Amino acid sequence: MNPMAFLRSLTSRAKHRDGSAGEIDEELRSHIAHRADDLVRGGMDRARAERQARVEFGGLEHYKEESHQAFSGSLFDGVAGDVVFAIRVLRKSPGFVVSAVFALALAIGANAVVFGVLDALVFQTIKVPNAKNLYGTQFGIDMEFQSYPSFLDLRQRNHSFEDLAAFNMMIGTAIDTGRDPRAANGYSTTGNYFAVLNQQPYLGRFYTESEVHGEGSAPYVVLAYNYWHTRFQDDRNVIGRTVLVDRHPFTVLGVSAPEFAGTLMFVAPDFFVPVVEQETLGGNPITDRSNTATLFETFGHLKPGVTAQMAEADANRIAAELAKAYPKEFPGKRVTISRTGLTAFSGPVRGFMAALMALAGMILLAACANLGGLFSAHTSSRAKEVALRLALGSTRRRILRQLMIEAMLLALLGGTLGVLGGMPLLQKLSTWHPFAGAPLHIPVTVDARIYGVALVLALASGLLFSIVPVRLVMQANPYQVVKAGTTGNVGRRVTVREVLLVAQIAICAMLVTASLVAVRALERSVTASFGFEPRNIMLAGCNLATGGYKSEQFLEFNRSAINALQQIPGVEAVGSVDNFPPLVYTAAFRENVFTEQTHDLALSHVAISPFRYNISPGYLKAAGTTLLAGRDFTWHDDKVSPVPALANRQFAVRMFGSINGALGRHFRLSDGTLTGIVGVIEDGKYLSLTEDQEPAIMMPSMLYKVPQSYFVVRSSRDPEQLQADIRAKIRKLDAGLPVDIQSWNQMLEVVQFPAKVATMALGSLGMMGAMLSITGIFGMAAYSVSMRLKELGIRMALGARRIEVLESALGRAVRLLAVGSAAGLLLGLLAGRMLAFIVYQATPYDPLVLSGAVLAMALLGLVATWIPAQRALAVNPLILLREE
Amino acid sequence: MPDQAQLLPGTLDLLILKAVSLGPLHGYGVLLRIAQITGSALLIEQGALYPALFRLVRQGLLKASWGVSENNRRAKFYELTAAGRKRFREETEGWNRVAAAMASALGATAEQI
Repeated sequence: MNPMAFLRSLTSRAKHRDGSAGEIDEELRSHIAHRADDLVRGGMDRARAERQARVEFGGLEHYKEESHQAFSGSLFDGVAGDVVFAIRVLRKSPGFVVSAVFALALAIGANAVVFGVLDALVFQTIKVPNAKNLYGTQFGIDMEFQSYPSFLDLRQRNHSFEDLAAFNMMIGTAIDTGRDPRAANGYSTTGNYFAVLNQQPYLGRFYTESEVHGEGSAPYVVLAYNYWHTRFQDDRNVIGRTVLVDRHPFTVLGVSAPEFAGTLMFVAPDFFVPVVEQETLGGNPITDRSNTATLFETFGHLKPGVTAQMAEADANRIAAELAKAYPKEFPGKRVTISRTGLTAFSGPVRGFMAALMALAGMILLAACANLGGLFSAHTSSRAKEVALRLALGSTRRRILRQLMIEAMLLALLGGTLGVLGGMPLLQKLSTWHPFAGAPLHIPVTVDARIYGVALVLALASGLLFSIVPVRLVMQANPYQVVKAGTTGNVGRRVTVREVLLVAQIAICAMLVTASLVAVRALERSVTASFGFEPRNIMLAGCNLATGGYKSEQFLEFNRSAINALQQIPGVEAVGSVDNFPPLVYTAAFRENVFTEQTHDLALSHVAISPFRYNISPGYLKAAGTTLLAGRDFTWHDDKVSPVPALANRQFAVRMFGSINGALGRHFRLSDGTLTGIVGVIEDGKYLSLTEDQEPAIMMPSMLYKVPQSYFVVRSSRDPEQLQADIRAKIRKLDAGLPVDIQSWNQMLEVVQFPAKVATMALGSLGMMGAMLSITGIFGMAAYSVSMRLKELGIRMALGARRIEVLESALGRAVRLLAVGSAAGLLLGLLAGRMLAFIVYQATPYDPLVLSGAVLAMALLGLVATWIPAQRALAVNPLILLREE
Repeated sequence: MPDQAQLLPGTLDLLILKAVSLGPLHGYGVLLRIAQITGSALLIEQGALYPALFRLVRQGLLKASWGVSENNRRAKFYELTAAGRKRFREETEGWNRVAAAMASALGATAEQI
């Protein structure tokens, strides 16, 4: 088909719509009337003249038809005819249509959804002007420019950025409008943050660089539009009012624009405060160069002509300078620059989305293979019709066009259904907040691009599966078929259809295996040893800085809080840990550790960088961490010299060779403090579930004045009552102190989120794969049974046993299933290895996974061949033989 | 009616273009004009005119608009478009060449060879 001719015929049809049947008719009648006029002028009476004119004109209907064709071109009508014919043909085989459309809808829907998320997270940039040119340093533990002084140096010395701004996240900050303090999540930003982003306020104004002069100088807050909308009910009078942010009075300056959602793709802030207020609000001090948790990310627009590589080299040059100037404080690793929005998550997110897209693509391929098989079976069962049409003079081209149109109709129908099913899912995703506590969201927007992709996929898959029966038509020999009737090719050679089926089963088996790997891994990550026992633990977080406490008072408050919490009936143990407990909010701090003999404390001499926690006596018992050797801390450990420390097994073995060998040995902290190991605890997970085993040390919290800490309360009581009791006890100590109370398991949801999402996604793709292979095997088996009914009948008549009939009817389908499953299992094992990046201890070499996958495929085979098998067994030879 | 010659294939389009090139005409007028300029020497079945007219319109060589005829009847009038004029010139030249060649071929005598 020449597409241009087709288009032309379409447009000319549209242009001359008024010129179709009615107009042609009028014109021809006008001709006859003029001729009749002439004849009347020649002396004929009107009636005779009209008749005469009509005769002279010739076959009116014939010319009308011909004119009509000349008018619109024949192609369109041909295609329209084919469409009508295709609809008629498809309506005759509803079973085929339903299974084809279902498979396609599933596959295209899945692809549209995955593409929607991919588009949102990977292709879209954050919603600010000129975001494509917005680059910044990547967030990461111990990255270079995440401390404020280093950021200032980078800002001053670089030649790559127009200007640099920076921000940090503030989670669980209490905002009190006078009646009720409620937790909100915000950004603390540099003064030039809004200017660098070219943002205009929706209401009021933003704080600016000139208003920010140093710590505590700018108690201003800017509200995000959505937060203003929900918390302040669009109250325009809020501008200029004072609200309490963690008990400190802040002036509301303005409201940001509705479309602005911060500078992180999936963390939309509720409010913005200047970074100089960060410490007031209990955050990290901006004056400390070695504290790389001060800032989350720095970013700015690249100067014209500067590439990301050049900016990276520039930043690395400055990093090298700073590492030389501040050997103790500046880590001096390599800086990476990336587009603002995903930062350090971009690697895993992109990897995961690419993998998901690839899997979804495979589902589509499997569906196409499935449909190709179905379609070709559908076509070959119409061999007689094709042969007849060829014999009657139709061209093969014409028949192929007909098939193509049928395929396209199916594809479009499937695509439409798939999109209709997928879009609500995407809509739901866009408003989905995975956790109550964390401000995560997926910024999906359902737009024309997604529809476009779905359309293209539908058309492409229509083309793909309509190719399969082409050979069939090209080789059809009308003479043979008409002579011999449809015998079908029951040869032993491998057909295209069988190859397709094997490919499809392989893909599906792979998906099933991969999803089983993910499910197992998730199960393992929930029941794994974290180095603590999160069940029956309630965490209560307080930040004493927000309560206006002085650092000398921290210890006293801590001790009295622990004592108070121990009074709660049913509480088994209470302890506290500074900052955050392991695996909470993916926040963990590392300590640079030196050997006892090291006196030059330059970063290049660091022996090991374990995670470091400051814990109170009793923490180990409350958290359920096993002490392998030595002793726990006591409240008198603040007077012990050298400073006592607990090490995990990994630290003990790496530093001193063995657990017992580590007891009593010494090492130095980053500030040179000599420290002695008094106990060794079990290994655990600290930052993420997928991390390799990391070393960790625990220091007695009495020695360090950290304002933020979590109380760990172990009790098997009802969580809600326990929460209420904990709140009451803390309130008794200080009625106005905001407390964040959640169970440890609840807090773990954040670190388990990637694994859960992966499992959900893979699980649903695996289900789809399973459904597709059922329809595929079913189609194949049903077809092979129906083609060989006569043969089976004869065998039955000759006394074959049921098992032999089954073997000959379904043996091939079952063998294909076995081959496909084996191939898919192998692929699945390979794919499973890739999952290890996302999912905790994802290993496909797990007897449960392997046997699960084999069992699943066998079950699928059984389900899919059940009906065809029944049909084969129910063959009545007499009736069959009589039929032909 | 005088003896009428069968129309050569492809000549009807050229005749229509010629007829219309002399001024806008409705369908019946085209027929009359052709009869007039050919001296009624060529046989054209009346109905056959219309598929040819529509084809020419579709090719963009003619444009059509409804109007009122000299008989005070509604009729569709055809006139040449720019493309039509160009095609008419080309076809005329082509035809003249063929005709001259044919004439000279058929007029050849034994002596001339």
